[in-house]
Amino acid sequence: MNGAASLVRSLEHAGVDVMFGIPGGAILPAYDPLFDSSIRHILVRHEQGAGHAATGYAQATGRVGVCIATSGPGATNLVTPIADAQMDSVPMVAITGQVPSAAIGTDAFQEADIRGITMPITKHNYLVTNPLDIPQAIAEAFHVAASGRPGVVLVDIAKDALTAETTFKWPTSISLPGYRDHSQPSQGDVDDAAALIAQSTRPVLYVGGGIIKANASRELLALAEASGIPVVTTLMARGAFPDSHPLHLGMPGMHGTVAAVTALQKSDLLITLGARFDDRVTGKLSTFAPVAKVIHADIDPAEIGKNRKADVAIVGDLKLTINLLLPALKAQYAKAHPDFTAWIKQVNSWRSTFPLGYDIPKDGALSPQYVIERLGKISGPDTIFTAGVGQHQMWASQFISYEKPRTWLNSGGLGTMGYAVPAAMGAKVGAPDTTVWAIDGDGCFQMTNQELVTCALNNIPIKVAVINNESLGMVRQWQTLFYNERYSNTDLHSKRIPDFTKLADAMGCIGLRCERPEDVDKTIEKAMSINDQPVVVDFGVFRDAMVWPMVAAGTSNDEIMVARELAPDWDSQEL
Amino acid sequence: MKLGRTSHTISVLVENRSGVLARVSALFSRRGYNIEGLSVGPTQDPEISRITIVVSVEGHALDQVIQQLDKLVNVIAIEEMHESSSVQIELLLVRVSVTAENQDKLEALVAQHGGKVAEMAPTSAIVSLTDTSAKIEALISALHPFGILELTQSGLVAMRRTI
Repeated sequence: MNGAASLVRSLEHAGVDVMFGIPGGAILPAYDPLFDSSIRHILVRHEQGAGHAATGYAQATGRVGVCIATSGPGATNLVTPIADAQMDSVPMVAITGQVPSAAIGTDAFQEADIRGITMPITKHNYLVTNPLDIPQAIAEAFHVAASGRPGVVLVDIAKDALTAETTFKWPTSISLPGYRDHSQPSQGDVDDAAALIAQSTRPVLYVGGGIIKANASRELLALAEASGIPVVTTLMARGAFPDSHPLHLGMPGMHGTVAAVTALQKSDLLITLGARFDDRVTGKLSTFAPVAKVIHADIDPAEIGKNRKADVAIVGDLKLTINLLLPALKAQYAKAHPDFTAWIKQVNSWRSTFPLGYDIPKDGALSPQYVIERLGKISGPDTIFTAGVGQHQMWASQFISYEKPRTWLNSGGLGTMGYAVPAAMGAKVGAPDTTVWAIDGDGCFQMTNQELVTCALNNIPIKVAVINNESLGMVRQWQTLFYNERYSNTDLHSKRIPDFTKLADAMGCIGLRCERPEDVDKTIEKAMSINDQPVVVDFGVFRDAMVWPMVAAGTSNDEIMVARELAPDWDSQEL
Repeated sequence: MKLGRTSHTISVLVENRSGVLARVSALFSRRGYNIEGLSVGPTQDPEISRITIVVSVEGHALDQVIQQLDKLVNVIAIEEMHESSSVQIELLLVRVSVTAENQDKLEALVAQHGGKVAEMAPTSAIVSLTDTSAKIEALISALHPFGILELTQSGLVAMRRTI
């Protein structure tokens, strides 16, 4: 067999059932044996779509997502989704064709040094020029992508390695002397953590996306209930802990709930599980949770102490960590049961005094938050939601109640506009029996909507809600607040051009439009009733709606505003 | 190499694969840290190379860069080498002006510093010295009166002392 057949067989051995990609000159040899393979290849319309689809597939299923592209522009079009997936610790393998090895470095046609380009945005990457190395590289790539802190591995394969004759031998073991397994937490560290928890009076479980990566939601629930400690879930962790649970305070951070943000600020112990003290969570770092001690549990030792010093560090898999922590904590509680009654009363008071809310426009215009809230209510807790980046993303994180892990997919770290539609496509491929809604903005939607063609042609009936405020809404919000309402280049005019319903129709989808509050429910129900075609609903919404609460970038979380020029009335609160 | 007060010597064992030096150096450059000295060479195992980096980074930033280096799949081990507990050697080559009159004086000076005259031409000489940074600095100072025409230095190599 040739290297291309060896590649396809390697992918089959790695357990790949689907991949997203576009053929081209350098990768073309691989597409010939792929034609006969059990692997489903979904032909996308842009390589960026392939990358985000692989990400959506991985986020929805927990499996490694796979995308494939040719050399040069095919590979560089993958750069954004690779960076996106790496930032959000998504397990993904990207396969790229490379020009023949003799031509590498000569500025050959469609040549780009994609290994060099992606070095800082991958967990690891390979350039394969010898066909004998293909099975080993693929086996290692899947192992590295999926294990430890998940991430992206790119395998770049020279065209002559694909065409040369070779023998296929799937490696029986993987030897990576520099790649260490950090999954087993130390009992001593866990015991130290349990002791700190037992001594605390105002603890908070600060939960990040790592809980979902570790499939540790059930363990988290047991920990929260056994310890009686309130929970906040970051943007990447929405769904890791049920929103309906009485211990859940919501999302912390720039657009977090007052209860979640304030609980962290006033806490005396942060029990940090798979979160990384991102600037969007901490606000001005030096004023973040100023009196709190920190327990930091993460599988990536480099996260410990990166932004905030940890008093107790636990390096390990979160499921294993919580399973050790629970009995250790019970032993501590048996000695002296801490009393969090006053603290729980306090956080509950913040939650009831400062709930999330929004204004209904007086002129009868459609409120974007209302649309999103109804989408969540009508679709139910099994639905997978994806979002682009901006106001609609924040509202989707705030006004939909997430009860289960892997039901909220978004671009948290990189903040990639255009993520929603291709990620929804990938999620639907991974979970074909689940309703998948992409909640998108009119700006984001115009970046990647061409993948709806892919959806229409490949029986991937996703639903898209375009929250159309005719503008780059989050940027416009910052212009309103920080640039004297000077709206430089944020008006998209997208209620006139393009006509999203006609665009949907042209792409083989059903297009619906809704502009009045009284039509929202029946429009959503209509969209829910269509399951044999993708649906796009153009929700024309009030353009001056803003995302609140807000901690302005670079300021302290203590300066949280619940609305424009409106700080919470702390005087009414005992602190 | 004139070591700054904040310089640290980091010894990194890596798999001998293409691209590994780029991965390691990129971790420093993306954070804006300037590498002051660098040497790469073989070890007793042909599969493994050693990269020795001298970098001016302090405290938290140094810990961070070591943690990030440790995440590279091709990096096997990292060790900070302290001057007091390791042998740290570098190589100097320097071309100085000479005349028929001062050639003997140069030979004597170089011998006194433990160096070698690698080439003696009619108007210039190449001097070499393999020693610690301090000894190399001392020889360079002593050679200044001759007139330094060209100077090149390697990065450090280091090995931990057993006692």
